[in-house]
Amino acid sequence: MGIPVAKIGIVPCSGEALPAGTVCRLACRQVLDKLRPGQTVAICLPLFIAGGEEERGFAAQHPTITVDGCEKHCAAKATEMFSGKPVQALLIPEILKKHGIPTPTRLRGFGAEEEAAVQAVADEIAQAVDAAAQTRTQENRHGVV
Amino acid sequence: MGETPSKQVVVLACSGIGKTWGALARETALELVERVRPGVATTTCLPLLVINDPEARRLVLDHPVITLDGCPKACARKSVEALGKKVDQPLETIQFYTAHRDLKPEGVAQLNEAGLKLAQVAANELGSTVDRLAAGEQT
Repeated sequence: MGIPVAKIGIVPCSGEALPAGTVCRLACRQVLDKLRPGQTVAICLPLFIAGGEEERGFAAQHPTITVDGCEKHCAAKATEMFSGKPVQALLIPEILKKHGIPTPTRLRGFGAEEEAAVQAVADEIAQAVDAAAQTRTQENRHGVV
Repeated sequence: MGETPSKQVVVLACSGIGKTWGALARETALELVERVRPGVATTTCLPLLVINDPEARRLVLDHPVITLDGCPKACARKSVEALGKKVDQPLETIQFYTAHRDLKPEGVAQLNEAGLKLAQVAANELGSTVDRLAAGEQT
């Protein structure tokens, strides 16, 4: 009891032009709404450039996990450029490859096959959240900020 | 028979991860690109502009641009303006609802039926804007 829950920022790429971007978006929402509600906050990536001081400040002061849909690593790069290095940079093609799940080929209208991809990515993000929260809690205990 | 459009038109939706209006922006953009004006309307990932990706930058700078934003922070519009380009047709998705109050969008990860219908209606209406911009006209 009495140990505050560390807030973890999730920065999804949300890539509008690629199916993995849709996976990214849906998986992040699942973590925010169902898997780790109250512990996670979504950061809208384009707000970094649109003058989102709040978003930049949050990402600078809290652990962030970036989730990218392709090897261009927009979320990881932008987070590092505008606030600070993410504690974990997840890449959806790597996650899906690890689980033997094919990358979806459509941008919307996901069915059962695509849902498996979303679930695998969501689970991976949730694990990353747990690891980041544990590290943060230990740092707080030892007075490291 | 209509004339062949002269060029592509870039439709950029905000990422709006936490808002219904952002989800509506994304769905409307995809309706335009995939159903209403395939081959003429095109899109790219907004985050690519944030990291200044050369290919995405060129696409936006070389073509007319429509932005669809889900909130007044106007990330999509500002991301284009940050490149030094004026958006040809900046829009906020709440405008679509204002014009069609019988279609109230709800949901974030997945829009409700009314939201999906509103995206279709909005994309249909934007088709003529895409045509004008593709033909080199101003909006």
